[in-house]
Amino acid sequence: MNIIIVGCGKVGQALAEQLNEEGNNITVIDLIAKKVNDISSQHDVMGVVGNGATHLVQQEAGISKADLLIAVTGSDELNLLCCLIAKKAGNCQTIARVRSPQYYTEAPFLKDELGLAMVINPEQAAANEIARILRFPSAIKIDSFGRGKVELLKFRVPEGSPLTGCAAKEIATKLHCDVLVCTVERGDEVHIPKGDFVFEEKDVISIVAAPRKAAEFFKRIKYKTNSIKDVMIAGGGELGHYLCEQLTRSGMSVKLIEKDAKRCEELCELLNDVTVINGDASDQNILLEAGLETTGAFVALTNLDEENILLSLFAKSAGNCKLITKINRIDFGSVINHLDLDTIIYPKNITSDNIVRYVRAMRSSIGSNMETLYNIIKGKVEAAEFIIKEQSPVVDVPLMELALKPNVLVAAILRDKKVLIPRGHDSLQIGDAVIIVSSRLALHDITDILK
Amino acid sequence: MNYRMISYILGWILIFEGMFLAVPSVTALVYGESALWTYILTVSICLLIGSLLILKKPEKRRLYAREGCVIVSLSWIVLSVFGALPFFLSGEIPSFIDALFEATSGFTTTGASILNDVEAISLASRMWRSFSHWVGGMGVLVFIMAFIPLSGGQNMHIMKAESPGPSVSKLVPRVKTTALLLYSIYFVLTLMEFILLLFGGMDVYGALNTSFATGGTGGFGYLNSSIGGFSPYIQIVVTVFMVLFAVNFNCYFLLLTKKIKDAFNLELRTFLIIYIAATALITINISGMFSSTGDALRNSAFTVASIMSTTGFSTTDFNLWPEFSRTLLVILMFIGACAGSTCGGIKISRIIILFKGMAKELQTLIQPRQVKKIKMDSHTIDHETVRSVNTFMVAYTMIFVISLIIISFDSHDLITSFTAVATTLSNVGPGLELIGPSSNFSFFSPQAKIVLIFDMLAGRLELFPMLLLFSPRTWKK
Repeated sequence: MNIIIVGCGKVGQALAEQLNEEGNNITVIDLIAKKVNDISSQHDVMGVVGNGATHLVQQEAGISKADLLIAVTGSDELNLLCCLIAKKAGNCQTIARVRSPQYYTEAPFLKDELGLAMVINPEQAAANEIARILRFPSAIKIDSFGRGKVELLKFRVPEGSPLTGCAAKEIATKLHCDVLVCTVERGDEVHIPKGDFVFEEKDVISIVAAPRKAAEFFKRIKYKTNSIKDVMIAGGGELGHYLCEQLTRSGMSVKLIEKDAKRCEELCELLNDVTVINGDASDQNILLEAGLETTGAFVALTNLDEENILLSLFAKSAGNCKLITKINRIDFGSVINHLDLDTIIYPKNITSDNIVRYVRAMRSSIGSNMETLYNIIKGKVEAAEFIIKEQSPVVDVPLMELALKPNVLVAAILRDKKVLIPRGHDSLQIGDAVIIVSSRLALHDITDILK
Repeated sequence: MNYRMISYILGWILIFEGMFLAVPSVTALVYGESALWTYILTVSICLLIGSLLILKKPEKRRLYAREGCVIVSLSWIVLSVFGALPFFLSGEIPSFIDALFEATSGFTTTGASILNDVEAISLASRMWRSFSHWVGGMGVLVFIMAFIPLSGGQNMHIMKAESPGPSVSKLVPRVKTTALLLYSIYFVLTLMEFILLLFGGMDVYGALNTSFATGGTGGFGYLNSSIGGFSPYIQIVVTVFMVLFAVNFNCYFLLLTKKIKDAFNLELRTFLIIYIAATALITINISGMFSSTGDALRNSAFTVASIMSTTGFSTTDFNLWPEFSRTLLVILMFIGACAGSTCGGIKISRIIILFKGMAKELQTLIQPRQVKKIKMDSHTIDHETVRSVNTFMVAYTMIFVISLIIISFDSHDLITSFTAVATTLSNVGPGLELIGPSSNFSFFSPQAKIVLIFDMLAGRLELFPMLLLFSPRTWKK
């Protein structure tokens, strides 16, 4: 695909690198010549210097043949303008990064009226990710589908769990849980389990479930979720704000420490049920006074990466809590991993990952109706989300009567904003969103699942 | 320094050279020449060593800027050394230095020869000489990069080091697609010339040879008389194509995408103006030597095209022309033609930047506080580029002077030595006096030949990659 990226900041660079490696033709645009040169000498991409929101520059970058324009400059207004012009100048999809909450709350309007394919807010995306981790702190990996209504969780079957020796089809009857196991990794092998597949200890399994159902399932299989009841957040920026909203919604008690008194007042007005503490998080006494020793999780979200790392290290020494550290700028993954900081969140990577996921789906769905595409196990198993728009051989037929290809699984159905974990007698309807897990990469259309 | 990766790429170079050598092998087969066995032997040597080197893929595949430069210069040396083998092994050129000179002159599209009698060597070897021009003209590595997968922008370092001109611009986002596009344009232009030459009554062998040698702007003729013995029609066709191959290939791409205004950029306009002006001046200057003005015009148009495009074909012995014409030709030799073409020389875009830089300095003397930027086609030339052009000129002068001093030990006259260095450094071919179009380079001493071989490579690779090979820092850990 031909992709134009406007803005060569952190996210722009990460995107250019990743999308280029996946075989797309990338052109980058930035006002600063040095940034463009740096990026085009490091990666096999073409660079254009100029204002990406002008028709002339977009033409030079080849907008007429582009499939997608991604605007990730520092300014929301410029990003939106880029997308508007691109929409008129060429026949391409557009993605804009929109940071400011005022605009972001209008994202559905922007998408519908301005024809944007995706509006991404890095802070919101990072907050979603952190909230997911805090909900299931011991899961290996969590992805969400259908705008967060379905979750895909990966975890290791604990020792002595009722799940061992249990066949896949017995999960519903034995454990009374509405979840579906979609992949099992045993050693180097990857299975997409059939009804008679029997689980063993230490299998790494991925399940699909609605968030609340997943929690129930974990309880039943005696998996220690270490569920977290109270969270302390240092730093009350936008990310902190979004995170508080998410966490209070899932019933955690949240303490937020923010240095700036004015911002504290503001947050107080915006948020309910959050204890806002005005103080400098780098003051140990303030942290201890706020109850660092007893908190379940500590999230460091200040604007300084170094401060975040130090705060987390201190939290680790003070209490035994789950740590989440935000790192914006510095890029010394190997060194930071040695510090044993539990989970590290790189907002720029989350943003670019989200966009890359969209591009992947777009790429494999040229002429089809795939919504999103996830790598469950890289290069081996994918989960794709389809929307059924029209009558086809898969509609209205009970699943057990569909002749599915081997290693294809209908993992979840979203109907009327509700999640349905499909059983044999369920059938697909027009208007459903369906999640298909398969080891056949490159499904193009929902009908591809049939033999 | 990633030695594993360097030898891996050199391995690929040899594999490709083996494939290139199929062209003369087929020629020998068609004409039933005994040279066939030499060529098959060379092909086997190339393929054997090449496949040994690429047997194991290196784990660390990362290339940095300096590896890019070293790979480019070593590749060209390897290409020339193995390209010289058939001349040497067949005994057609008994001295290896001479064979290497001939092969380097081929790949660097110089066209300077050490052969007294070209027609004495086999048709296969003459085809190999011309074909090496065609291969070297567009750049071998960029071609190879289009086929062997190297991830990331690492190809960019190589493309930068190999393509002529002060700055490299891609036509499309990927190096691979860019290379394929350029090669397609190259191929189509060569094919057009081939067909037009056939129309002029040239035989297939001659038309192939001449189109290859024009395409790479090389200039090895397959006859002793170069293009002199052919009809005016053929001379005009060759003239037109020498000019066409001297134009930045990006311009053709722009023309194809209907951006005609962008295609006729400042560099192309300057090139055409210089070409027309020089042709006119020389026509007037030499009109007395020819029976008609038409003849004079044809010969002057041909020679100016040949020198500016750094091809080096000849229709007459311009060594015998009046001093003004000869001087003009030597100056044109330095200038060369457009960046991004298959030509050598300093390149017109560099000359433009140098002149504009000078004008800017003069302006600041008059108006010290004035802020001024160097622009070309209303694009600002960034300081980095201006600086690199200035450095290029310094390096060019330095290499020129040192080469001239070494050559002067051969104690030929100054014009011979001077034009020998100028013609090899600009990849033209013939010079003046002893090395005029009707003579050759065989009389130089071996050390002078080695210096000239270095000059040809340095000229083709735009100096720095070759200079880097001699810098101890390049090899330091």
